[in-house]
Amino acid sequence: MKYKVKESSKKLPDRRTFIQTLGSSCVLLLVPKFLFARENKKGAAWTYSNGYAPSEHYYGMGIDISKCIGCGRCANACKLENDVPREPFFFRTWVERYRIFEDGEVAIDSPNGAADGFKPGSAPEKNLVRNFFVPKICNQCDKPPCVQVCPVGATFKTPDGVVLVDSQYCIGCRYCIQACPYGARYLHPEKRVADKCTFCYHRIVKEKLPACVEVCPTQARIFGELEKKASPLVRFMRMNKISVLKPSLNTEPKVYYANFDMEVR
Amino acid sequence: MKWKRIPQQLQRLIILAAIFAVLFLIVRSFLIPVDFGKYGHYRASAVEEIIAQGMHYAGQEACYDCHEDVFETKRGGFHQNVSCEVCHGPAFTHAETTDTAELEAPTGRGYCPVCHEYLPSRPTGFPQIVSASHNPMKPCITCHEPHDPEPPQAPAECTACHAEIARTKSLSHHVYVPCMRCHETPEEHKINPRKVLPGKPKTREFCGGCHAQDAPADKGIPRIDMASHNVRYVCWQCHYPHLPEAR
Repeated sequence: MKYKVKESSKKLPDRRTFIQTLGSSCVLLLVPKFLFARENKKGAAWTYSNGYAPSEHYYGMGIDISKCIGCGRCANACKLENDVPREPFFFRTWVERYRIFEDGEVAIDSPNGAADGFKPGSAPEKNLVRNFFVPKICNQCDKPPCVQVCPVGATFKTPDGVVLVDSQYCIGCRYCIQACPYGARYLHPEKRVADKCTFCYHRIVKEKLPACVEVCPTQARIFGELEKKASPLVRFMRMNKISVLKPSLNTEPKVYYANFDMEVR
Repeated sequence: MKWKRIPQQLQRLIILAAIFAVLFLIVRSFLIPVDFGKYGHYRASAVEEIIAQGMHYAGQEACYDCHEDVFETKRGGFHQNVSCEVCHGPAFTHAETTDTAELEAPTGRGYCPVCHEYLPSRPTGFPQIVSASHNPMKPCITCHEPHDPEPPQAPAECTACHAEIARTKSLSHHVYVPCMRCHETPEEHKINPRKVLPGKPKTREFCGGCHAQDAPADKGIPRIDMASHNVRYVCWQCHYPHLPEAR
């Protein structure tokens, strides 16, 4: 039986042409990089109007649960410093009370975000096994889901690792509020834009502490540089066993807890 | 490919698409701020707007400049790390313009209990009171100097700070065992609760004083064989002495 060899309609290029085309297309791949060259995105040369260079800093916060007395001065100071609405449900930082009873039941409460402190109340019927306060705040994630979902680029991470909201650019679509696994964002009832903890960015660029850290009477909150050797936060992380909230979500939070209980969510 | 070889209807479409593309680019350049995307997918000038926010809290260092005497009182005391603005309120305007904005400090009984009212969730050893029974008519500052607080009298009973343990113990068979029988407590512990800590029984024989087979104690007390009953542990490593009924 004879086979009819079908001639290809197009001839394959010889080796020389192939290598030439390959080389030139590789060079062409680099063209957009030169055409659309932008300034350094990391902001290495960025200096704010007050002379502060964000790329030289990298901030985080440490929270020692065993030191928190639940006085709520942090939540109160935050509202005063940042003009957060006084009515309930709007918080940049708040304190939760965890009560773990003998039968394994866990009661979590935070009356008015602890801005007025906790009231003693009546003694519970069941025996308490463990009970403690957990201050909560925006975790200033290194991989922030809120930034990822913002459709207009109104929320962003600065070179010093703080996640901020551009209130002029925010359209109030609430995607970021949905995306935050820590419930750290809220919609400002008057401005109708998303709002969140900024680590008191207007203070820290002037070398002051965030308001909640300033007023904490027991030093349960520690604010500082993460990538410098001489920093109270680095010492805190060296001296304590450190946990973060929801590590499985890979958001890489920069709020570090010491003496963290399994039940804390 | 030559332009004329393209079918006419496609030529028109291409021209239309080009016009739309140019229009889009023109409109886009008007809508998007100049500094958007300079350092990332955001408006770089937003940072300047955020840091322009006014401050309310001046920070402890600002108080030091004028009120050095108060700092001398505070130094070394229990309140040395309590920032002035915790009690005196936000002081930024006061620090900038000293005369116009006078600060106040809470003088009644309402404010100190925010930190010092007894709550079971507060860390053990943190000084707490039950304000309803703690001199209910007196303002705190009549006895305690807030800049260097020390209890004028040491608490008479352990329950003043360890109410949670006292309540548990009151329901247990150890209700009549006084705290000090097991916890050797230096008098200094009442003044300096977290620096001087009370002791715990160190040996099995301590509990054996009542619970050994041959102990000279009441007949109703449960007995164990000290030689065979989990010799490797001190009793309180398994039994919670404040509620020993747990099995």
